[in-house]
Amino acid sequence: MSDISSTVVDRDIDRQRMTVSQTDVAVEIIGMHKWYGDFHVLRDINLKVMRGERIVIAGPSGSGKSTLIRCINRLEEHQQGQIIVNGTELTSDLKRVDEVRREVGMVFQHFNLFPHLTILQNLTLAPIWVRGIPKVQAEETAMMYLERVKIPEQAAKFPGQLSGGQQQRVAIARSLCMNPQIMLFDEPTSALDPEMVKEVLEVMISLAESGMTMLCVTHEMGFARQVANRVIFMDQGQIIEENEPDAFFSNPQHERTKLFLSQILH
Amino acid sequence: MTGFVRTELEEARPAPRRASGFLLWARKNLFSNITDSVLTVLGILFLLWAVPPLFNFVLGHAVLPGGTVEECRAPGAGACWAYVAARVNFFIYGFYPVDEYWRPNLVFALGAVLLIPLLMPKVPFKRTNALLFFIVLPIVTYFLLNGGVFGLRKVPTEQWGGLLVTLIISLVGIFCSIPIGILLALGRQSKMPVIKTLCVMFIELWRAVPLITVLFMASIMLPLFLPQGTTIDKLLRALVGVTLFSSAYMAEVIRGGLQAIPRGQYEAGASLGLGYWQRMGFIVLPQAIKHVIPGIVNNFISLFKDTSLVSIVGIFDLLNTIQAATSDTNWFSPTQAITGYLFAAAIYWIFCFSMSRYSMYMERRLDTGHKR
Repeated sequence: MSDISSTVVDRDIDRQRMTVSQTDVAVEIIGMHKWYGDFHVLRDINLKVMRGERIVIAGPSGSGKSTLIRCINRLEEHQQGQIIVNGTELTSDLKRVDEVRREVGMVFQHFNLFPHLTILQNLTLAPIWVRGIPKVQAEETAMMYLERVKIPEQAAKFPGQLSGGQQQRVAIARSLCMNPQIMLFDEPTSALDPEMVKEVLEVMISLAESGMTMLCVTHEMGFARQVANRVIFMDQGQIIEENEPDAFFSNPQHERTKLFLSQILH
Repeated sequence: MTGFVRTELEEARPAPRRASGFLLWARKNLFSNITDSVLTVLGILFLLWAVPPLFNFVLGHAVLPGGTVEECRAPGAGACWAYVAARVNFFIYGFYPVDEYWRPNLVFALGAVLLIPLLMPKVPFKRTNALLFFIVLPIVTYFLLNGGVFGLRKVPTEQWGGLLVTLIISLVGIFCSIPIGILLALGRQSKMPVIKTLCVMFIELWRAVPLITVLFMASIMLPLFLPQGTTIDKLLRALVGVTLFSSAYMAEVIRGGLQAIPRGQYEAGASLGLGYWQRMGFIVLPQAIKHVIPGIVNNFISLFKDTSLVSIVGIFDLLNTIQAATSDTNWFSPTQAITGYLFAAAIYWIFCFSMSRYSMYMERRLDTGHKR
């Protein structure tokens, strides 16, 4: 794992490269609204994420940040506006939804591993049945990703036998086995014991270094500073402020952002 | 003032030995206080009062197989097992022709040979085995028992009876009600209003009607609605009735299991791009069914016992053959009927208890150590 300073340099190089090749849009959200019953959870969301970009979404609880990224793989439906992922617009057409989901990995707060399957089976299920990859090959890929998240020795165990941090790393590996183009993280470290946060963040950082397009809902501001290209601050279902991390943390503009940062940064 | 810093780490030590021995155990579990002691004494007295006469009836004074009817008629004689032994073929095969007994015997043997390895997790070739048991065996059974082909004598289902029919009805009911029940449960959770309504109506209709009514309807009412000349086999009608009836119950048990699966499991499956049937088949159902094994087996057991209700539409299942045999005057004795019913109870108990134990074994085996 490279230390923070070298990562910052990497990021700057990345940014330069990005400005050159910003042709490819990974996710585009235009004028999107969503209601839960009568409750207006997401209001006029406009967001464009380029390939290779790493976005951190922050905000108080109930601000709609989880709902937002869950709309991107249509675990939640939006009622107005457009969401275009990998050039495919999300509509009620289930075929398109599955198409998008195949290319978008998601990591959940509570891991959501399949408890009745071994770690290896958790990793190979979707590649075998969705991608049609032969079992042997799927298992090879799975072991490669388990090694990448540093727990190949747990392959034969069941999720219930692993620690929270290990489970979350398996969950990340499970998503990566589908070879996704975009990864969504929904508070991946919030349910972990403090001692296990680091091992998961390390995996996420190395993933970021490999150029993966990432949208992370997280409260880990250190992570945001270190790897994000942009930080998005949400409150009451809307995007309040959006900036590069250095500017976002050192010079927040909106009153609500200032208040939020003063609460969480000591 | 300084704090505390541990200099040496404490090694793990074995737990202190607990004193054991019968007296200590008895004192702790039987006589720990006055109420317990009184209850223990009362319990022992009850056993002393109840067990010896029961034992004498069932074994001590019983007439064992090979005995004569005169011995059974003697005063003070216990259970007349000689009678059961003499009529046991009737209890097993009903009115099936005696010289064709090899056919049901072959079915029993095939069933056992295919079912036992299927129930043992370690035996390989599960897929082939299941295919043979669930697809090939029913077809073979039908042609073998029914006859009329391959030079086999035709034996109409009216002549089938006894344990044979009880097993056929319950096994068909059990193994058909699971897939139908799963589909109904999934349908009831469906977001498609037509499917959902149909499933709810089906389930609620069958659950709201007693099985006896279903069987009466199937055997007496149904022929009235059919065009003249069409007959549907009586056993088949009972089979369909029992299967649909237990499917409705199975559906509700499985729905209970589906509700216990956290939403995150569906979402994780969806986020990986798995389609609806893949999500259900690989992720949700295996867990849901595991949760409700006790309920499912409960259904099996009650279905197995409920098959005795087919006697009211004139099908000679195990209980009905035993009941019919009580009018056998050759074996008339004071204990004839009660011995027959004891035998029936023993058979039902063996099957139901085996199912119960097997389900407990499966529950333990399928436990993957997750409790969240």
